[in-house]
Amino acid sequence: MTTANQNAAAKYKNNFLKEVEANVEDGHMVKMCMQCGVCAGSCPLGPHWEHSPQKIFMMIRAGKREEVLQSDSMWMCTSCYNCIVRCPRKLPITHIMHGLANYAHRLGLAPQGQPTRDIAKLFWNNIIKTGRVNELTFSLAMYFKDGFGQGIKNAMAMQGVGLGLMKAKRLNPLEILGGHSCKDKSGIHKMIAKAREIEDRRKGLA
Amino acid sequence: MTASIATNQTILVVGGGIAGMTAALEAAECGKQVILAEKTPTLGGRTSLLYRYFPKMCHPTCGLEINLKRIRGNPNVRVMTMTEVAAVSGTRGDYTVTLKIKPRFVNENCTACGDCGKAVNAEIPNPANYGLDKVKAAYLPHGMAYPQRYVIDPSIVGTPDGEAAKAACKVNAVDLGMQEETVELKVGSVVWATGWRPYDAAKIQPYGYDRIPNVITSLEFERLADVRGPTGGKLLRPSDGKEAKNIAFIQCAGSRDENHLRHCSRICCMASLKQTQYVREACGDEGKSTVYYIDIRAIDRFEDFYANVYKDPTVSFVKSKVARIALNEENGNPILHGVNTEGYQRYATEHDLVVLAVGMEPEVTGVKLPDDLVLDSSNFIEGSKSGGMFGAGSAASPLDVNRAVQSATAASLKAIQVIHKTASTEASA
Repeated sequence: MTTANQNAAAKYKNNFLKEVEANVEDGHMVKMCMQCGVCAGSCPLGPHWEHSPQKIFMMIRAGKREEVLQSDSMWMCTSCYNCIVRCPRKLPITHIMHGLANYAHRLGLAPQGQPTRDIAKLFWNNIIKTGRVNELTFSLAMYFKDGFGQGIKNAMAMQGVGLGLMKAKRLNPLEILGGHSCKDKSGIHKMIAKAREIEDRRKGLA
Repeated sequence: MTASIATNQTILVVGGGIAGMTAALEAAECGKQVILAEKTPTLGGRTSLLYRYFPKMCHPTCGLEINLKRIRGNPNVRVMTMTEVAAVSGTRGDYTVTLKIKPRFVNENCTACGDCGKAVNAEIPNPANYGLDKVKAAYLPHGMAYPQRYVIDPSIVGTPDGEAAKAACKVNAVDLGMQEETVELKVGSVVWATGWRPYDAAKIQPYGYDRIPNVITSLEFERLADVRGPTGGKLLRPSDGKEAKNIAFIQCAGSRDENHLRHCSRICCMASLKQTQYVREACGDEGKSTVYYIDIRAIDRFEDFYANVYKDPTVSFVKSKVARIALNEENGNPILHGVNTEGYQRYATEHDLVVLAVGMEPEVTGVKLPDDLVLDSSNFIEGSKSGGMFGAGSAASPLDVNRAVQSATAASLKAIQVIHKTASTEASA
């Protein structure tokens, strides 16, 4: 990953905007931002972010590569789409934020221990195993992500909900044995591997 | 009567605001026959509803009076109020236009004495004050109205109020039997000076114009500042009639926004800078104006005006498009939320009153126009394909009064050229 990171940086030298345009979903729209600040003011999580979208876009244009890719901001986006709805230039801000998060993750620069990132990783690893989300193992993985003791505490706190779901036949305890998968599990695995290969080639990540 | 003066040598000017009046007068003073059709009961348009002009800060009554004097003295201009264009057919030099004339219910005998207004009880929202107050349903549109003739609102025709107005009139001017008329005229060229309207501020949902009383438009603010306005020139806010001293101006309210108006309306920056000086005029050093902006666009020679306002200690500037406005339920103050681009600080600032510098939307937006007319992506009129019809003033582009007059003069010259071409073609034939 470090080599990929160095390669990516060398390719664009100081032009981080070009790097974003080439590698980030809807990155070509970053240059359209006119710095009005409506996205920053409209974000319900705004006060809890390190950098608002408006600031992130300006930082991209100013070539602040490390600060942008290491920022926790794009991981805080809840996809409420308030910013997209209000942006006077119709920038797909939510998509760009997710694109930046994905790119930072692939480069290994995304912040460690950031909860949204951890959950996203757990979810991804869970769903690619069988082609279906195993809700039981996913929930357990979430409960125990911060250690065994905390996991037990979390599980105890949620046991009422779990039992309720079981009663309503929304949760099958036997899923812990691996669970049901989609019809063509190996097909899914091949598709994901191929998609990854294409993406890596396009973004020079390998 | 009207049909007899119209030939294809005649120019039709649609809209009797500052641009339409100018276009009509320039052509008439060149000896052309002009019909000036106006939708409302009076000439003057939105210009007559301003308190002051920028940059000289004089009152519009001045400029309008000069133009009205020119119209009164010029037999070549035929003014038709309460008249709308229903259809245009034909081509350059030879158009047939259909005009619809709404009944005024008051004829030429009217001396504007006001007896009918006194006799009537019913009231309607006052169009001259954007509905901020009421007038009697028999009314003179405003002090500068031309023609100086009362109007009877159709809502009281056939009611005892209508009869009372008729009975009160000593000069037999009230005619409740008037009907809508349609006339067809031949004209050689048409100048569309249909003007603009403020963008519907209620559509800018986060600003709460429809739910927060102390959020008003820049045009309503003009009326508040005007001595002839609903508050007699005092800056009283709508919710409680308290004097507003700490006033916010929000720029680009609807303009430069893909969700609303795509274009820059061009006048609003100057309008807000001008209005900060109304605050100074009303409150002196105690007044406080805050302008929230993306960029200040005080175009070309207006930069001086901006520089002077910038020096005014009662005026401050925040580089930020306000994200949303909330209401402080206790005191009725709007609270502005956003992030200042200069430093990226988050703010939540309370003001007594918020003025939205609303954008200019062409008045013809949503109106069926002749197929030959070409509009731009914001519905401003570029002209007709065959070159016999022209846009003028703020119907053609978002323009201030001064530039609207220039644009109208240019359109008038083009219309005269069309008439001359037609005349010479006929002479040689």
